[in-house]
This record gives sequence, structure tokens and C-alpha cells, in this order.
Amino acid sequence: MTGTTLLSVENVVVDLPTPRGNLRAVDRVNLTVGAGQTLGVVGESGCGKTMLSRAILQLLPKKAKLGGRVMFDGQDLVSLDREALRKLRGRSLAVVFQDPMTSLNPVLTIGTQLIETLQAHLELDIAAARKRSVELLTAVGIPAPEQRLTQYPHQLSGGMRQRVAIAIALSCEPKLLIADEPTTALDVTIQAQILDLLAREQRRRHMAMILITHDLGVVAGRTDEVAVMYAGRVVERAPTLALFKKMRMPYTEALLAAIPKLDAAPHTVLPAISGRPPDPTRPIKGCSFSPRCRYAVARCHQEKPGLTEAETPAHQFACFHPIEMPATVPA
Amino acid sequence: MMLQPSPSEPLLKVENLVVEYVVGAKTVHAVSDVNLEVARGETLGLVGESGCGKSTLGRAVLQLRRPQSGKVLFDGNDLTAMRGDALRKMRQRVQLIFQDPIASLNPRRRIGDIVAEPLIIAGVKDPQKRHQMVSDVLAAVGLDPGLVMGRLPHEFSGGQCQRISIARALVLNPEFIICDEPVSALDVSIRAQILNLLEEMKARYGLTLLFIAHDLAVVKAVSDRVAVMYLGRLCEVGPSEQLFAKPAHPYTALLIEAIPVPDPDMRPAEAVAVGEPPSPIAPPSGCRFRTRCPRADARCAAEVPELRKVAAGQYAACHYPLI
Repeated sequence: MTGTTLLSVENVVVDLPTPRGNLRAVDRVNLTVGAGQTLGVVGESGCGKTMLSRAILQLLPKKAKLGGRVMFDGQDLVSLDREALRKLRGRSLAVVFQDPMTSLNPVLTIGTQLIETLQAHLELDIAAARKRSVELLTAVGIPAPEQRLTQYPHQLSGGMRQRVAIAIALSCEPKLLIADEPTTALDVTIQAQILDLLAREQRRRHMAMILITHDLGVVAGRTDEVAVMYAGRVVERAPTLALFKKMRMPYTEALLAAIPKLDAAPHTVLPAISGRPPDPTRPIKGCSFSPRCRYAVARCHQEKPGLTEAETPAHQFACFHPIEMPATVPA
Repeated sequence: MMLQPSPSEPLLKVENLVVEYVVGAKTVHAVSDVNLEVARGETLGLVGESGCGKSTLGRAVLQLRRPQSGKVLFDGNDLTAMRGDALRKMRQRVQLIFQDPIASLNPRRRIGDIVAEPLIIAGVKDPQKRHQMVSDVLAAVGLDPGLVMGRLPHEFSGGQCQRISIARALVLNPEFIICDEPVSALDVSIRAQILNLLEEMKARYGLTLLFIAHDLAVVKAVSDRVAVMYLGRLCEVGPSEQLFAKPAHPYTALLIEAIPVPDPDMRPAEAVAVGEPPSPIAPPSGCRFRTRCPRADARCAAEVPELRKVAAGQYAACHYPLI
């Protein structure tokens, strides 16, 4: 990883009390993001990727218990008070959520929401904030920006709303942008445009980004490093190129294999992952993927594998029986 | 018994179908003059972005939404002319699977009752026989009938609920199933399981499928032929491999380029897609795709392109096709 470390997530644990018992949503996760770098966090629903992003943002549900440290730009976010966090969030730490309809306020115009953010964090006067809002909407590819400022979120399409949400997130030149499934609710042609937009603004602003998604296809061409999560833990972590060249964790391989390939003939049987993720309120003694893993042996059901290094310290995986062959060769 | 129709006759034939919704003083042109055929035993994939009219088309086939004009011929019978009992009888042969597997199951009813419901409507009176049919079909979709029949939908995951929906669709032994985005709400690992199950059921029950989805890779994985829809009109129809290898319509090409490929060496081309689809309330004149099309000129604004043959079995509605 080049450059200085901007964010370091150290041994983060998130516990949520539920009627069925304690739910460990995030289990001892360690991650770092360098300034200007993009980290992709990949996993299926319920793997803890959203809870992890909320733990970084200190936006966890009230009842949740957070352990570990979140060091951002030299400060431990866990120990900051509400006021300090408020100043930080929106200013140097910004977020774009999956559903732009719920993240934008439906009863305020786009202009009010943008100008409010700019005035609150940058102390601009109204004229300057307005001018900057128009510039931002232009930058995110919204046609007729002056007119859009007077419109409400429901008057825009899903793609346009997500562009507005990105404009608000970028408005104060954040050092880190967390994009949590930013394109999942969008059509495929709009998804491509939004991902391009995020990549372009990230490079231009030298901003770091965490791109959270369930789609390995989304992270492949657009991230520097990837962390794969399963049942609350990071199970494989590597520079993107190294990961796709040589996956070590059977879950990562299975996840990639389950995606229908465009170059495969129709009616090809997909290598599906049997079963489903474990119940997070009933932790498994061994490797949490072992009940679904085709390589699993007795040890995998008894012991939890820790993250170990592959060829380079940057590539880590949690598996007793890692895959030895390149991922492209069918097993 | 009915006369055995000739096998070459398509099972479903949609002719000049028009579906419009009136919203206040405005009209949404959801499906405009669509022609389609689905052969017996075939899977036809129907792709397009949200709002392109693909779900409306699926519902109009079943007459859940009555079309303004056009015909829907199922096994030679025009469904648009049918009412009441006759239509109900036909619908036993055509079933529908929805996108949201949890919302499409009644949360207060037990799985056994949910899957038995179509049998009751169809007049299967013997409870013993119903029970047997329900257990058989639940076992066929990979669920343990003894364990699931007495339980409620909330006790199941999304993937299992979709299995239950598929069982409900199969219990009457239909010939034709319309799958409306059956895997879009599911995780990648579960999605593959359900796609494989649909293929397995298709072979086992001798089904014909209309598979509606927005994800081209998913559609290609299961379809023999693919139809691409944009703003209520068909852009292109063709055998799936051929269509993906050599798309003729610029919109098909754009959809293919926009798919994120899980390979970091294939850096995505910047800005493959231009703009957003216009509103179906006021679709563009001529070719409806022209406002986003790099090849469009004055002719595209003036004339509606007809579906024309561009290769064997492949048809495109474009004045300037790519092949």
C-alpha cells in the first residue's frame, strides 16, 4: 500500500443484542485505507459489511456495542464526542448510501440540502454556497443544475438522485468517501455511469474511498485492494490484481464462480454455493464457511482459521486449505 | 381431450400488443406494438431497464393487465378475448413467479396452504390428493415437505421463499411459466441455486419459460433466445449466443458493455452509457432510443424503425444496425 494510512480499523467488533441472543455483526476486523486509495469490501447480505461502514462512521444503532479502534486521520473516532464527530462527518468523512430516496430529505429541495451542507461545514455565505452547488451538480453530470436546485428528490430519477447524493458527499472535499452499495438500486447502464463518476471524482480529488458491494464485478476494475467478508469476518484481503489472479479462500472462489459468465453457453449449470450463510446469533465453532465449503475437512469444523499471509504480506486469507491453483483454472 | 397442436406452432404468440396506463391527463406508453413468439420448450429471455415495460408485458400476457389492443395467443387461443371461467381455466396452464419472494407469499398462511391454494382454485377436492401433490412439488424444489408445510413464510430465507413460490407455480403442472425478475432480490450464491433449480424444473416438467430480467448475464445463462426491450418497444430479438456475440441494435451493445466484468484486466470503458431513458409518458418520436444513441440522425427522429432481419433468426429495429 502506497502513501500514508488515512484510516485504520483495528480489531473492530460490533455486537447487536437481539431477542434471539447476541448477534456479532462484525468480528475482529482489521483494515487500512491509504490516502487516495480505493478499498472494495465485498460480501453477501448479512455478512457485516454495512455494519462495518457504520462502525467507521460511528453511526451504529444505539443498542450496538462497539469494540476496537477506528483511527482516522490521526484521531480515534471511537473516543470522539458527538460534536467533534458531527464536524468530521460530512466534512472529511462522507458517505453515499444505497437508496438515494431514503438518504435525501423528501421535503427539502435539492438546493436547500446542498447549500445547507456547504454553509454548515465551510461557513460560506448563501451566494457562494449557491454558486458552489451549481458547480457540484455540473461536476456530477446533472443537466440544467440551476433548475434542479429548486426541485425535490421525488422529481428526479433514481440515477439523478444518486448523483445528487454524491454531490452532497463531495461538497466539502472529504478525505474519505464511503460508498455503501451505491449502485445496487440502479439499472445497469446507470450503474456504469455512477461508478465512472465516483472513480473520476476520486482520482481528481485524491480522495480515499471504500466501495461496499455484493458484486465482485463492480470491484474488479475499480479498486486498489479488496476485502472479502463472510459472517462478520474478513476472510480474504489482497491487492485487487493479486486477488483475481490467485484467490486463496474457497469462499472468494465460489462467489466468483456463481456469477453467470457472459462467455458461457446458455443453460450451463452454474457452480452454486450450497446451503446458506450461518445464523449470526448461533456462532459456529470452526470456520464459518466450513458447512458450505467443498474443501472442508474435520479441522475446519473444529477450529477457526486466523488471517495468514500468502505470497506477500498484503495478501491474507483465513483458511486451513487454501486453493493452490490460479482462480481461472476450473477445479 | 383437445386436439394436439402441431409442435411447430409457437406456444405463445403476442401480436401487436399495446398496453397503456392513464395517469391523470397523461398516458404512459408501457408496451407499444410488441410482437413475440415463444416456441414449445423454449426459454425466451426478456431484458430491459426498469420502466421499459417488460413486467407490464408479462402481466398483459396473463391478462392481469388488459391490453388496449393486440392479441395474446396461447396454444392458439386468444386470451384477450377470454373472460371469467374460460380465462381461469387457461391460467392454470400459465403461471407467474415474482421478484420479491417474501412479499409474494401471504405472511399469515402456512407453506402447505400457500402451495395448495392453486389446487383448491382448480377444483382438486380430495385433501389427501392435494397433500400428496403439495409434498411432491415441495420435494422437487429441494425442500423437505414434512419440515416446511406447517411453517410460516417469515421462518424462511429469501432463497427458500423463492423455492416455495416456484413450488406454488408448479403444483398445477403448467406448461408455461412467466418468471418476472425471479433472482434480482437474491444474493449471488443463492441466485445460482435458484437459476439451476429453474433449469432443472424446466427439464423435469417440460416447461416453456418467459424469463424477464434486467441482468443480461443472468438472462443469457438460461435463455435460448433473448428479446431486448426499450421504452415499450422491442429493439432486438435473436438466439442468445448470437445476440451477445454480435448485437445489431446499439442499445443491446450498450447493455452488454455496461455489465461489470469480474476481471481487473478488463478495465471498464469510460462513459459507455449516455444519459438516462426518457419518460414513457412522452417517448421520443421515431426510434425511442435515438436520444441516447451515438448513431442517431434525422431519419431516426422521423421514422419508427421496424423489426427487420439482420442475421439468421436475429431481428433488430434500427435504421443503422451494427451488423
